[in-house]
Amino acid sequence: MNKITNHQLFRLIVAHFAEIIREPAVIFWGVVFPILMAWGLGIAFTQKGGAQVNLAIVTSDSNHKKLHDPKLFSFLEANAVKKDSSFSLALTNQKLGDTKLSYFVTSSSNAFKMLKKGEVSVIIEADSTGSRYYFDPANAEAKAAYRIASNVSAYGIASYGSNQQEIRPLSLSGTRYIDFLIPGLLGMGIMMASCWGISYTIIDRRSKKLLRRMVATPMRKSNLLFALITARFVMNLAEALLLFLFAWLYFGVKIQGSWPALILLFIAGNIAFSGISILISSRTANSEVGNGIINAIVTPMMVVSGVFFSYHNFPDWIIPAIQWLPLTLIADSFRNIFNEGAGFTDVWREALALTSMGIGSFAMGMKLFKWY
Amino acid sequence: MTEVPYIVEVRKVKKSFKEVQAVKGVSLTIKPGEFIALLGPNGAGKTTLVEMIEGIQHPDQGEIFIAGKQWKSHRHELHLLIGLSLQETRFMDKLTAYETMRLFASFYKLNSNRVDEIFTLIGLDDKKKAFVDNLSGGQRQKLALGVALLNNPQILLLDEPTTGLDPNARREIWNILLDLRKRQNTSLILTTHYMEEAEYLCDRIVIMDQGNILAEGTLHEILTLGGGHRSLDELFISLTGRHLYE
Repeated sequence: MNKITNHQLFRLIVAHFAEIIREPAVIFWGVVFPILMAWGLGIAFTQKGGAQVNLAIVTSDSNHKKLHDPKLFSFLEANAVKKDSSFSLALTNQKLGDTKLSYFVTSSSNAFKMLKKGEVSVIIEADSTGSRYYFDPANAEAKAAYRIASNVSAYGIASYGSNQQEIRPLSLSGTRYIDFLIPGLLGMGIMMASCWGISYTIIDRRSKKLLRRMVATPMRKSNLLFALITARFVMNLAEALLLFLFAWLYFGVKIQGSWPALILLFIAGNIAFSGISILISSRTANSEVGNGIINAIVTPMMVVSGVFFSYHNFPDWIIPAIQWLPLTLIADSFRNIFNEGAGFTDVWREALALTSMGIGSFAMGMKLFKWY
Repeated sequence: MTEVPYIVEVRKVKKSFKEVQAVKGVSLTIKPGEFIALLGPNGAGKTTLVEMIEGIQHPDQGEIFIAGKQWKSHRHELHLLIGLSLQETRFMDKLTAYETMRLFASFYKLNSNRVDEIFTLIGLDDKKKAFVDNLSGGQRQKLALGVALLNNPQILLLDEPTTGLDPNARREIWNILLDLRKRQNTSLILTTHYMEEAEYLCDRIVIMDQGNILAEGTLHEILTLGGGHRSLDELFISLTGRHLYE
């Protein structure tokens, strides 16, 4: 009679877990999609074998076959590989790293289209009076492209890496884009899975009057929430392990810091977002309103918390606020552990802050909670 | 079984939501084994009254006793006495009928034997392994009824348990309920839109409108009230000038 399989907490956890894993969409969005995203972004932004710089050359010649700046023309003819109306110039240097410059000769209007699409970062206007470089000075990548291109055309390809005695190339692990991305994606996974998995489930159950039906029995309300959070945690753990496994095997992403500290933070992150999920789903019974509330919470954090790019690009005055967002705390601490070798002593404050946020939100959520 | 004259006793109960007075001083008693039907148009106060009996809402004034006990002090005990089925409840789509029943059984500390009994009782033995979202409307209603019956309740509160069902399925549910009364002396509070359902199942019919009880008695008694009407709708029009279900 008192078998564990008859216990309400056991049955609630089993029911919630079954509900998650029987939904093919959950498996796709929770497991396959983050891996695809890591793969796509990792390939696109993790550079192998040097940098690629694309430039457009605009001439007044309608056939674009002949360059009017004799200096640029003779430089490219002498050093670059010509194919149709483009030139490819390979610059090699052991210390500075290789750079491949691709010049596309095209019309002015097409050049600006290419710039807007991100296909080129610099436009060179070349005529008999010389070359002029058009680029956005606020774009660091364009600025570097201009410096390299203008230098080599003025002083020859030997000038590339000419100051190599002062260069000390780093070969540290954990400095690629994928090393930056994976800890962020793991943090984002916890946020998305908790907010959609817990909040949306609660709102949906409320709207279907299932919560009301359940609390009209001797079920303990705390067991329902605990089961929901536990089933989600198990699923989050599986999703995180699969994403990490992929990143480790495919990209060679490594954890340089402490595993126990990583586990501690993972648990703290789950507590934080479970609490937040209970709070945001505490009242509404309308799944469209719920949809909006969840999006209003997760989208800003996805953008500003530094999952895909560093939040240090934001203005200085807002950075302290960003640093205390739960997703930032998780992503930053995961990165410290993954890439900087951090241990318990480096991340316990963040773990404590996340746990407090979770417990605080949970307590507030329970005060507001509507069961029907 | 508890020996009290009334299994449900509602005394001068009032309930308001902001400006709206949903229930305006209703009194009602139900004896063990008695089946009553609650009828009335939308907004009559039926749901609020039923929710107060279920312990989901609390009366602003007046008192409600279930088997002589009040919700405030005996919540856990009273949950064991009542069984209910809400009109719009949807169980979890991705659980099977059996898993759903086992989940609810666990709330009452009941094991799989009771779950098997219930499936036989509601005639869904062959649907145990079917996912809830693959069940037909009638099968879902039966499942909801089965969940309501798990704990052998002394009082059943059913909100339109046969709406949308074909006559056969409806009659099957009626037979389950009548059998239950015979065996366990269960009381029933039924809200329904079907006059024949109220007539076939219930000892008494209670008609509510605008938070008050308008008429109460057997179908025959209330139809003869005010001089012989052919239907409850006709009676309702003569009392209020409006249709019972608009």
